[in-house]
Amino acid sequence: MLTATGLSCVRGERRLFAGLDLAVGPGEWLHVQGENGAGKTSLLRILATLSPPAEGEVRWQGEPVTVLAEDYRRAMLFLGHHGAVKEDLTPLENLTLSAQLDGAALDETVALQTLARFGLRGREDLAVRFLSAGQKRRVLLARLAVRKAALWILDEPFTALDVKAVDMLSGLIEGHLAAGGMAILTSHQSMPLPNGKVLQL
Amino acid sequence: MSAVLAIIRRDLLLAMRRKSEVLTALFFFIIVASLFPLGIGPESALLRTIAPGVIWVSALLATMLGLARLFAPDHADGTLEQMVLSPTPLGLLVTGKIAAHWITTGLPLVLLAPVLGIQFDLDVGALGVLVVALLLGTPLLSLIGAIGAALTLGVRGGGVLVSLLVLPLYVPALIFGAGAVESHISGLGAGGHLSLLAALLALAVFFAPWATTAALRISLE
Repeated sequence: MLTATGLSCVRGERRLFAGLDLAVGPGEWLHVQGENGAGKTSLLRILATLSPPAEGEVRWQGEPVTVLAEDYRRAMLFLGHHGAVKEDLTPLENLTLSAQLDGAALDETVALQTLARFGLRGREDLAVRFLSAGQKRRVLLARLAVRKAALWILDEPFTALDVKAVDMLSGLIEGHLAAGGMAILTSHQSMPLPNGKVLQL
Repeated sequence: MSAVLAIIRRDLLLAMRRKSEVLTALFFFIIVASLFPLGIGPESALLRTIAPGVIWVSALLATMLGLARLFAPDHADGTLEQMVLSPTPLGLLVTGKIAAHWITTGLPLVLLAPVLGIQFDLDVGALGVLVVALLLGTPLLSLIGAIGAALTLGVRGGGVLVSLLVLPLYVPALIFGAGAVESHISGLGAGGHLSLLAALLALAVFFAPWATTAALRISLE
């Protein structure tokens, strides 16, 4: 269970939001909505402990995330705007190396199966810079399927994806929620997923 | 620990895919160190005197060239964020990155130095001391350089700033590294200088990853 109380965020001179409370329990997901520049990404970065809030506190299972540190990071997966995908490496290398950086060895057959599931069959050994924007997103999102994490924090996960990939990603999130997972995501699209809460910034 | 090996492997793989960046620093080292004997002429006594200093200064400048690439690409594509969020402590991952930087830029310099030393008419003993001094000194250059690279991350004109920050910090390495070869040539023995260089390295191995990590966290906020 992730809870946040009294969060506020200041960027330069501007106060993006203040006194923000939120709670996401097992099987629930939070849809963060707002105009461009409303502070959606800033909120997600605060929840992911990438930047500290100006005021307020984020708690995971009742404990402050600053105290939990590594335990929280192990339970959480954050995928941001940037790819975190290396252009010079192949999708297969990207997936296995990012799994190893998370401290989990990834079997090559599992990695290949996952990439095939994400529609990258036949492109496993092609440097990512030769792939299209949507395919690069798919390489990134493949991490969702191999990294075990209770909480997913996804910033605009549907950007650049085609209809089929959007369906598949929605299915993946639905499965994650059904298994008791939690998700927080920003998107300008409406999503037909159960147990959703909307947070308007 | 496996995460550290993974990051070293990843950075070496990336260096292999972009050979030109590694080779640029290496050719820079070779050319700068070769220009001096050509410019000064075949006075072997003078060449022997300037050899340690010239080779060390070339090594400092060649190491500087690669520093901008140490964290900037990872910062640009979001990999650095994922490193911060990794369950493995950031300090260990940073140590892995510095190790990979040394393998791609420092180690080739150590291996090439004896060949370049021949141009300066250094004898076998002096070449040996030069290699040992560089073997102790180049990891030190990578470790100190990483602090500068992390501090100037995301700063406009960071390339120039990193030289201004890091080159003064390289002075002790230069003095003891070049001094080791000089004192060997003059018959005093290189032991003292090499011990001090090793002490500096031990200190940097302990503190530099910690300082780099702190600097990276600041530039990511």
